[in-house]
Formats: sequence, C-alpha cells, structure tokens
Amino acid sequence: MSIVLFRIDERLIHGQVVIGWGYQLRPDRYAVVDDDLAASQWEQDLYRLGAGTAEVVFTTTEDARERLSEWRDDARRTILLTRDVATMSRLAAGGTLSGESVNLGGIHHGPGRRELLTYLHLTAEDEEHLVNLAATGVDVGARDLPDAHRVPLKTLLEG
Amino acid sequence: MNEAEPALGVVVGHGALAQGLVDATRRITGGMAECLAPLSNDGKNPEQLKAELEGIVGDSRSVVFVDLQAGSCGMAALACCRDSLRRVVVTGVNLPMLLDFVFNRRLSFEELVPRLLESGRASIAAVPAIE
Repeated sequence: MSIVLFRIDERLIHGQVVIGWGYQLRPDRYAVVDDDLAASQWEQDLYRLGAGTAEVVFTTTEDARERLSEWRDDARRTILLTRDVATMSRLAAGGTLSGESVNLGGIHHGPGRRELLTYLHLTAEDEEHLVNLAATGVDVGARDLPDAHRVPLKTLLEG
Repeated sequence: MNEAEPALGVVVGHGALAQGLVDATRRITGGMAECLAPLSNDGKNPEQLKAELEGIVGDSRSVVFVDLQAGSCGMAALACCRDSLRRVVVTGVNLPMLLDFVFNRRLSFEELVPRLLESGRASIAAVPAIE
C-alpha cells in the first residue's frame, strides 16, 4: 500500500503536512483532491511552491476515485489530501476507503462549527459524514502531527 | 537612489513569531518600527488569514514578509500579492532583514527587495566558520 496518509486539512499543502508529516512519511507525491482546485491553475502553482521536490497532483473527486488503485499499487509514496470532510466522504463512497485510516488534521472555526479539538471544528453535517465514513470500515481519528496523541472519532464525538 | 512611497511591512508568521519579530525590531529602532504590522496564522483558516492580510495591506505599497514559503502564511501572502505591482512577498524573514527594511522602505522595489534578501542572507553564519 503506497498511499501513506489520507488527511483532511483545509490548508492542504502547508508546514504541518510538508515538514511535520513529510519528514516522517517521506512522500514522493501529494494527491490533492478538490474539484475547485483542479480547475485553478494559479492556485495549483502556489501550492506547488510549498511541496519541495515531491510531485503534486490535483484532481477532481471523480478522477481520484478512478486513480486510487493506481496510487495504491505505485511504489511511490502518496499523501492524499482533501480540504473538507465532504470531499473525503465522496471519495470514500461505496467503500473505496474501507480498511484505510483517515486523519483529521485541521479545520478551523467558522459559522455553525463546534470545537472538538483546538485544531478541529466540525459542522453537524461533517460529523454525520464521518460517522458514515466509519460505518464503511474506515478508521477515523484526529492528529495534527505525527507525535501528537491520536483521538479516535468515537472519543471526539463524545466530547 | 529612487525614492518611492514608503512601503508598509507586514510580517506573517506561525504562532507568535511575527509579533516577536516586530517587537524585537521596535526595541532596536523605536518608533520607526511603526511601519511594521504583525499577523499570526493562529486559529485562522486560509480564507480568514488572507482576508485579514488584505485588510492590513489595503492600498499601501507593501512588502509582505513570511516565515515559511511552504505554509499557510506563505500561501496567504502569495495569493494576496498575486497580480499586484504594489505588493511583494519576501520569504524566510529574519530580524536583520526587518531592520534593513525599516531604514530603507522608501526605496523602489527594484532597489529594496534585493537588499532585503542580501541582508537576510548575510546575517546567517556559523562561528567559528565550519565548511
């Protein structure tokens, strides 16, 4: 298996991912799954500036669903990123991520969001998506950095 | 030397770094550091950070200093300064760079920016030198 991390983080490619996780996981590729970004060349260029020597691929959710097996079979190590829960949920529809772990990395406060951790603020809809994701056999947990304590979804939602 | 409208400096950094750098500049230069504004990414999503930066920069001729290019601060700065001839991003900010800025912010970008990069780089050294 060569997708070494599935992460939901609204900042996508940024310091925690590239330096914090990147130092430990040594990715060869970042796969950024986002329908809007996949159509925005100038934003892609900005994100690429932060990715160092790793390849950066921007895809729509539908395209990513078709490429999951390719990335899994590839010897190159991929970190897959979405910036919201809904996108990861669409990616996982039909059980495509069954048996995988999904990392909740950072969603800041905003209207209609409740704070579950200092770095994690979810809407009721997000929480429902995550419960459904877990029901398809995905291990969902929150951890901003590799050496931080991992908080499982069940604990998060009970808090 | 080409004199231009004095530039505003905005320091964008992780945690308390920006505030610390601006405070340190103020301790050395006094009131001249009023041309610097700190902005932290703490607790802000990318849109909030970018909107706050836009609000600070406004119509000013501005140099936006960031700590890490590969980060939310760098992304916000690059997006904010995109397509503007009155805004420039300088990454890898350090104190000598800010001190140089405070004293030379009336220079045109063509003169100012290269000297900021040079002052920032020139301040990095090991003592004794180990090659």
